[in-house]
Amino acid sequence: MFLSSTLRSAVSYAVRQVRSLHQTSARAGAGGIFVHRDTPDNNPETPFEFSPENMKRVEAIMNNYPEGHKAGATIPVLDVAQRQHGWLPISAMNRVAEILGIAPMRVYEVATFYTMFLRQPVGKYHIQICTTTPCMLCDSDSILEAIQSKLGVKVGETTADKLFTLTEVECLGACVNAPMVQINDSYYEDLKPSDIEQIIDELKAGRVPPPGPRSGRFSCEPAGGLTSLTEPPPGPGFGVRPDL
Amino acid sequence: MTEFSFLGELSLYGFILYFNCATAPETPKKTKFGPLADQDRIFTNLYGRHDWRLKGALQRGDWYKTKEILDKGVDWILNEIKVSGLRGRGGAGFPTGMKWSFMNKPSDGRPKYLVVNADEGEPGTCKDREIMRNDPHKLIEGCLVAGRAMGARAAYIYIRGEFYNESSNLQVTINEAYAAGLIGRNACGSGYDFDVFVMRGAGAYICGEETALIESIEGKQGKPRLKPPFPADVGVFGCPTTVANVETVAVAPTICRRGGTWFLSFGRERNSGTKLFNISGHVNNPCTVEEEMSVPLKELIERHAGGVRGGWDNLLCVIPGGSSTPLIPRHVCDTVLMDFDALIQAQTGLGTAALIVMDKSTDVIRAIARLIEFYKHESCGQCTPCREGVDWMNNMMWRFVKGDAQSAEIDMIWEISKQIEGHTICALGDGAAWPVQGLIRHFRPLMESRIADFKQKQQARA
Repeated sequence: MFLSSTLRSAVSYAVRQVRSLHQTSARAGAGGIFVHRDTPDNNPETPFEFSPENMKRVEAIMNNYPEGHKAGATIPVLDVAQRQHGWLPISAMNRVAEILGIAPMRVYEVATFYTMFLRQPVGKYHIQICTTTPCMLCDSDSILEAIQSKLGVKVGETTADKLFTLTEVECLGACVNAPMVQINDSYYEDLKPSDIEQIIDELKAGRVPPPGPRSGRFSCEPAGGLTSLTEPPPGPGFGVRPDL
Repeated sequence: MTEFSFLGELSLYGFILYFNCATAPETPKKTKFGPLADQDRIFTNLYGRHDWRLKGALQRGDWYKTKEILDKGVDWILNEIKVSGLRGRGGAGFPTGMKWSFMNKPSDGRPKYLVVNADEGEPGTCKDREIMRNDPHKLIEGCLVAGRAMGARAAYIYIRGEFYNESSNLQVTINEAYAAGLIGRNACGSGYDFDVFVMRGAGAYICGEETALIESIEGKQGKPRLKPPFPADVGVFGCPTTVANVETVAVAPTICRRGGTWFLSFGRERNSGTKLFNISGHVNNPCTVEEEMSVPLKELIERHAGGVRGGWDNLLCVIPGGSSTPLIPRHVCDTVLMDFDALIQAQTGLGTAALIVMDKSTDVIRAIARLIEFYKHESCGQCTPCREGVDWMNNMMWRFVKGDAQSAEIDMIWEISKQIEGHTICALGDGAAWPVQGLIRHFRPLMESRIADFKQKQQARA
């Protein structure tokens, strides 16, 4: 009898640890493991060099910063490297450090701090779903469930065909168009579960659906019709003070 | 948030009344606020229905007589901003005229910089996004006017990395402005040189804090600095800097053009002007709208967002200013005005004016727990009260969602939040502590009943 009650309390303790749908997820980038361990794909010898076009971009970015403060370009240049390679192996970080003339550790610090820097490979389409409170109130749970059942992956995982990676992210700044997801650089907003399934189908077929709200409205106006800015905007000089 | 004693609050209010009666001229005080007429709206392309490029912007009145404004000089511009009563639109509500005049000191050889904070990460807030993709010329002109007022050499617009399309609109706008001679060398023909750069962030809410933003521009981790020294003394690259929100900077040219007294005519005293409100959550038509300050909350929701889902009586609570402000329950929402002072009196704050509306179907404990999880993820990890305390509050809040706690732990989490608040390097600690305090202040009986239910279920199982 003693054994069975211990077993029961152990099971109920374990059950309590598992939160229903929402989990603190393993993310495909920062927030995951901070230690670098060499793998065949990700080591200091992994080939990485900026293409000539991207090198021009890097130089243009570095021109935005005054002499002696080129370290400020770390974040934008790492972003260019990530866009070129798809993710950031350690050799890319070392190359960025070399170009900017700073210690590699400074680049590692930045690459681990910011959540958009991905230190593990991701699929072709990186689906980032916002589950913060304003989106949660508008039922982002159902969108998350729709994605998980459609793709057959959990948060933090990539599909077997390496097309989709699903991550859960914090507020993306489109709260009046909740619920929404970000896929690569575009926002898909005002979603219903059927909308996100359609979007995934289109992506699988090789077409990129247009971003923006899916409910028929254009951006952030009230869906029931304009309540402000119903008149055409006034022209230059309207209301301008006479002493200018 | 300091809690005044009732007597203290009364005497403060009495002082303000006396001060008003003793010194203000006898103009009739405005008592009805909102709705705003379209001709008084500043962001005329908020919904993106018109051309956002230079041609469309010129047709809507941007860049009109900018040279004349710049020629009026630093003191004139600063005076207009001070007269207008503009308060920072990024959440803190610091008087802008005063803040920008801190840069008005003789140069000691270091260039001065204006940094525009377009890292819009506060849950609920999505107003700067609309300015940057639909009305970006207002922002660039604002950078020029504000930069002139501060004697700045250049402006850095720090935009969050997730806003890729918005930042590309902004870059196109800057290129157009350079090509038309509106910024760059001899901006607008006024003899003043001014550059504008866009810098994209890479996903960190903490970089919305001004010193963390400065650290991020310098290419380091976004960890806030201690203040003092303030950015106006030591800022980006060690030079005097002012960090201002997008909306604050973008309304500056219109204030200079139409007059500070025009802006002052909206809203109550010390809470003047117009504001972009984001209304999200359980409303029928979530939207962004520009309205007069001090508009009643109920009118704002009913007029522009189609009312609360299921009718006003279905309202449970509202978070009035983005997630860092404590929630207010239904009976406060019935009468409160949307401005800085009224919401402080209601023990909350205006913040970024991002309303998150929750109706009776909401599990409010879960909503607040998710917010604390947000703060836990976004904490930079520098100082112990935030890094440890917010993580601890997060663990406790998720147990409160299930009810798996003791009643005494409600007092414990209140105490933890009080130990975090005010004891951190930056305001993220305060921002994490206040939602918990708002929940306990107004929904303690719900938390207790959840605990009692859980205990009952446990006993029934045993």
